[in-house]
Formats: sequence, C-alpha cells, structure tokens
Amino acid sequence: MEYIIIIIAAIFVNNIVLAQFLGICPFLGVSSKVSTSVGMSGAVLFVMTIATIASYLLHQYVLIPFGLDYLRTITFILVIAALVQMVEIILKKVSPPLYKALGVFLPLITTNCAVLGVAILAIGLEDASLLKAVIFAIANSIGFALAIIVFSSIREQLELANIPEGMKGVPINLLVAGLLSLAFLGFTGLV
Amino acid sequence: MTKKIDQKQNFLKGILKENPVFVMLLGMCPTLGVTSSAFNGLGMGVATLFVLLMSNIVVSLIKTQIPSKVRIPAFIIIIASFVTVVEMVLEAFIPFLYEQLGIFIPLIVVNCLILGRAESFASKNNLWSSIVDALGMGIGFVIALTILGATREILGSGSIFEMKFVSEDANTFILFILPPGAFIALAYLSVLFNKISIKTLS
Repeated sequence: MEYIIIIIAAIFVNNIVLAQFLGICPFLGVSSKVSTSVGMSGAVLFVMTIATIASYLLHQYVLIPFGLDYLRTITFILVIAALVQMVEIILKKVSPPLYKALGVFLPLITTNCAVLGVAILAIGLEDASLLKAVIFAIANSIGFALAIIVFSSIREQLELANIPEGMKGVPINLLVAGLLSLAFLGFTGLV
Repeated sequence: MTKKIDQKQNFLKGILKENPVFVMLLGMCPTLGVTSSAFNGLGMGVATLFVLLMSNIVVSLIKTQIPSKVRIPAFIIIIASFVTVVEMVLEAFIPFLYEQLGIFIPLIVVNCLILGRAESFASKNNLWSSIVDALGMGIGFVIALTILGATREILGSGSIFEMKFVSEDANTFILFILPPGAFIALAYLSVLFNKISIKTLS
C-alpha cells in the first residue's frame, strides 16, 4: 500500500515536471514531436533508475559512514555524469537498436536536473530503503514521460493553430504548460 | 585572443539582448521553482550569480590546463565545489532561505546557464572578459527572477518583499503562487520583455 501511494503521488500529485519544476529544460526543449519525447522518456527512465540506485548505495555505504555527507552534490553529479557515459558505451556495444533509439538523448541527460533532483529526493524519503528509492525513481520517470508526451501531443496540434504574433514560440508553449499544470493541480488531495 | 571585446556591450548583452531567462531560456527549473515570492527569487538569483562568477573566473584561469576531452566533467566539478560552498553558507547564515529554496540549491549544479557560460565563454576568453560576462549574465538572471517573483507575489499574495498592501481577508489570485502560475506569469512576462527589447534595440 505504501508503495502504491508513493507511485500515485509521484506520477499525479507531485508530478516532477508540472508541480516540482524539475526537468523543465528537456520538457520545453525536446517536446516538439511525440516521437522524440517518447525517446527522451525512455532514456530518462533508464538513467534515472540506475543513477538513483548508484547514488543511494554510495550515500548509504560510503558518504554516511565516513561523515562526508556535505560532499553529496559533488559525488552525485559525478556519478550521474560517469553513469551516462558508461550507459552510452555499453548500449552501443550490447544493444545497437536501443542505442539508436536513445543515443542522441543520453548526453543531454547529464544536465537534466530531474535526474539529480530525484537522486537527492530519494535519499531524503521517510525510512528510505533501496527498494523504495527504486520505486520512487521509476514512478517519477513515468510522471516525466506522462507530462512530456501529453505536452508534445498538444504542441503538435498547436502547429496548425492561429496564434497571435507576439505569443508565437516560447510564450504559447509556457502557457500550454501552465494549463497542463493547472489540470494536474486537480489531483491535489488524492493521497 | 586578438579580437577586442567591448566590455560595456559584453556586460549589457546578459541583461537585455541575451537575457538568460526571457530570451535564452536557460536555467528554467530554478526560475519556475523558487519564484513564489520576490525575496526567494532574489536569493536564488544572487546564489546563482555567485556560483557563475566564481566558476567563470576559475575556468578562465585554468582553461589552458584542461584537456579538451574531459573539459565538461572538469567544469562540473568546479561548479559543484562552489555550489557546495553556497549550500553550506546558506545553511549556516540564512537558514530561512535555505529551507525555502530546498532542493533547488544543490540543483544550481545542473543550471544550464552556468555550464553554458563556462563552455561557450569563459573557456575561450580572458579573465577580465569572463568576469564581466558572468556579472552581466548573472545580473540579468537576478533581475529576471526578482521580476518574476515580484509579479507572482503581488498577484498571488498581495504583497511585495513580504510587505502586504491589501487587507488580510482580501481575495488574491492564489493561482499565481501555485505551480501553474509560474508558467503563466513567465509566458506573459516574456511576451512583454520581447516587446520592450525589440523597441529599445531598434
């Protein structure tokens, strides 16, 4: 039950993009087509889960025992950057089709604040455990996927719409994101 | 380093023509995440300005020592060190702001603005130009965050810098201090900013 609450809270109530403002850069940047946003979501799911596991273990078994908690930010970002590189190399060798699908998105993920954000939030969960951290990471990446795929579907429709001159480009996208976020606000109080 | 950079132009571009928030859309996560009040926006802006300035200085000083293949990880370590400094200073001296900004303080590391300036400016230019560039961009960021924070605070809670100017029971647009308000306020502000900067530049 506890895990179900974590999942629903992460996907709908505290949606990582629309309520917590993490991962806005890819959300606005690679969402012009549905197909690219699906690819990006896949890459995020992959990296976020592995990064959370790695940083959780590192935090639990290295940083805390040695009293190095204050080095959290530096360690985590290095782990994530190294992981992204490693995932890229391994994927290229082991699964070329998957690499082809996710390849271009992987380098972008290092500076995706959602990945670092979830890694930091996961170690701050109430009575955190590895399983909980993993579920939290997966649920958050599903939340990211939901937000970016819905958003890109709307953007594809917007191409055909008649938009006032001054609103074209960034402002109308932000406005759409605002309305989406308003819709997600309706989930408040669900858990 | 043959071309001479006009320092005044270099400084002003960060505030108007290449404003990080309204024009370049860099560092959107903290921009939207912490600007529920003018004070938070200002605090976040100043913290980012400090990290940006220090990282530009260090990157510009050691740019010839960094092998170009590992330059991105090197920049990230430099930035992360200064972010840790900011985190510790805020926790010790301004715990109120530390609580308010929360997760967005460690996330200054992945603010694309800072890495972007290190990569595209400080690693190619001399110390003085890099300092001016960091100040221009950083102040542009501070101004943008403060304006956005003030707009949301005025509309959402009827106050500015915590000073209330409407009566306690007055109805305000609470929407603007909630997450959707961040997107909507930024959308209209960037329309306004584009209009103004097109007018002043032409």
